[in-house]
Amino acid sequence: MTSIYTNGDNPHFQYVLGLGDDALILGHRWSEWLSKGPNLELDIAASNLALDLIGQADLWLSYAAELQGEGKSSDDLAYLRDTHDFRCHWLTEQPNTDWGLSTARMLMFSVYQYIRYERLVNSSDERIAEIAKKALKEVTYHRRFATEWTMRLGLGTDESNRRLQKGFDTLWRFVPELFETTAWEQELADKGIAVASKDIEAEWTEVISAILAEADITMADTAGKRVIGSRHDGHHTEHLGHILAEMQFLQRAYPTAQGATW
Amino acid sequence: MYTTDLRTAEEKAKAAKDEIKVAEEGMAEFQARIDRDEFIEPKDWMPEGYRKTLIRQMSQHAHSEIVGMHPEGNWVTRAPTLKRKLILIAKIQDEAGHGLYLYSAAETLGVSREELVRQLHAGEAKYSTIFNYPTMNWADVGAVGWLVDGAAITNQIPLCRCSYGPYARAMTRVCKEESFHQRQGYEALLEMMKGTDEQKKMVQDAFDRLFWPALMMFGPPDSDSAHSSQNMAWKIKRFSNDELRQRFVDATIPQAEFLGLKIPEQIKWNEETGHYDFGELDWDEFWDVVKGNGISNDDRMNARNEALEDGAWVREAAAAYAEKQRAKSKAA
Ligand SMILES: [Fe+2]
Ligand SMILES: [Fe+2]
Repeated sequence: MTSIYTNGDNPHFQYVLGLGDDALILGHRWSEWLSKGPNLELDIAASNLALDLIGQADLWLSYAAELQGEGKSSDDLAYLRDTHDFRCHWLTEQPNTDWGLSTARMLMFSVYQYIRYERLVNSSDERIAEIAKKALKEVTYHRRFATEWTMRLGLGTDESNRRLQKGFDTLWRFVPELFETTAWEQELADKGIAVASKDIEAEWTEVISAILAEADITMADTAGKRVIGSRHDGHHTEHLGHILAEMQFLQRAYPTAQGATW
Repeated sequence: MYTTDLRTAEEKAKAAKDEIKVAEEGMAEFQARIDRDEFIEPKDWMPEGYRKTLIRQMSQHAHSEIVGMHPEGNWVTRAPTLKRKLILIAKIQDEAGHGLYLYSAAETLGVSREELVRQLHAGEAKYSTIFNYPTMNWADVGAVGWLVDGAAITNQIPLCRCSYGPYARAMTRVCKEESFHQRQGYEALLEMMKGTDEQKKMVQDAFDRLFWPALMMFGPPDSDSAHSSQNMAWKIKRFSNDELRQRFVDATIPQAEFLGLKIPEQIKWNEETGHYDFGELDWDEFWDVVKGNGISNDDRMNARNEALEDGAWVREAAAAYAEKQRAKSKAA
């Protein structure tokens, strides 16, 4: 099956959809930590991250639904699309194998989101600017949380350093995808609506390499690594399908009658 | 200690007598303070039995908050809408907060959180039996909020006036959040009852399964409840198990009717007493679940143990890092 949303159709909609899907899927991954965290304080921290991200997803997807103009809701977009219509980055989909990998992913992605939101605050689309402004406050905290845990694990014990390093090693292959820029994204960026992903790579690399150097973690060289497939064509790692199978179970198994809700 | 006692037998006997006298006077003064409705604070003198009972009760309460995260956590990744997912995550987060808050209140009695958690994991400490029942369908999440948080509130509102200050204050804060959970749970069920037949069936099924175990949350019947009278005198407990259970049934049945649920046949309004009669609960089942035979006892303990074991290296790393930072700032 191919994507319903053709790569490049209604780019404004697809761009905002991508912002929402990133927040939704990463938020879902954090919600999986609930009651499984290394201690109660981290159960609470994980739920804060999940709440922030899913809250952001709700805002982005509501706006995306408006831009789509088919009378859908944020829930319709979250619960009634299949994998090939999701626009999240592959990094967000990866399973929580341990606290080390979750920390590595959060550092990579919160720094990415931070830089992206920091620029989107000035978007010529006021709605995007408004949501980015709210989300930026939350992501500022996420980035600090991820940085602190990168230090703790990187410099704590041999085992924690090894596990964190393994987390980063597992995830490096998803980094080049973060900076892939389609022609239509570039056009939106030229109009001042969006941020061209390739424009934030240098800053991202600088921030991440400084943090990792301090945390005694080795950075992989991803320069020149080619990305095969694109989220804009509906390509994903297999993990996304499993997330959706779980997340969408009720809406899929029990379609509600007209007007009925959950 | 290796100090040698050089006192004569006579001196020792007198000292022992003095101690008893002090203890008796202390006990009388302690009871008088409680009778005057004063709060006992951590630094105040208290009888050993009072301290032990409170540690047991408060830690059991804390453990229930923590283990209670699991049956609800079971649905976090499957919540049907973004709004419900956010509400559920926030609720479970509150419960983790209650656990933390209660552990620190218990620590004022001279026992550490680590020791209390160890007791839970070693199976030496108990938690509410309700959490050894599985959450089978989405309506269970609403029903847990409505019935389980509802029963907890009925139990805990009197504890806001419990004689031990830190516990009473913890309960005041916890009760506010529990009533919020209770309303949210009920609201979710109201919504489902407006939905399809399948949604209504889920609500009825959740009610049928969870109502009776929720009634057992008040503990065994007064006729075989071990600690009651002393705890009443100490104002650790203010109403008996059966009184609280009846209060809960009387409040809950009209709510169930309003939802449009089918009420079990043995529940009948009694004109004379002005209460609902609900017959005998299955206390054999209750004790069986206490002993570990509930559907989910093992799953709950395995989940707790897994979280503790999987997280050990993270906690070690955090401690090692903090230690290194301390050494660094000392050297600087
Ligand atoms: Fe609670
Ligand atoms: Fe609660």
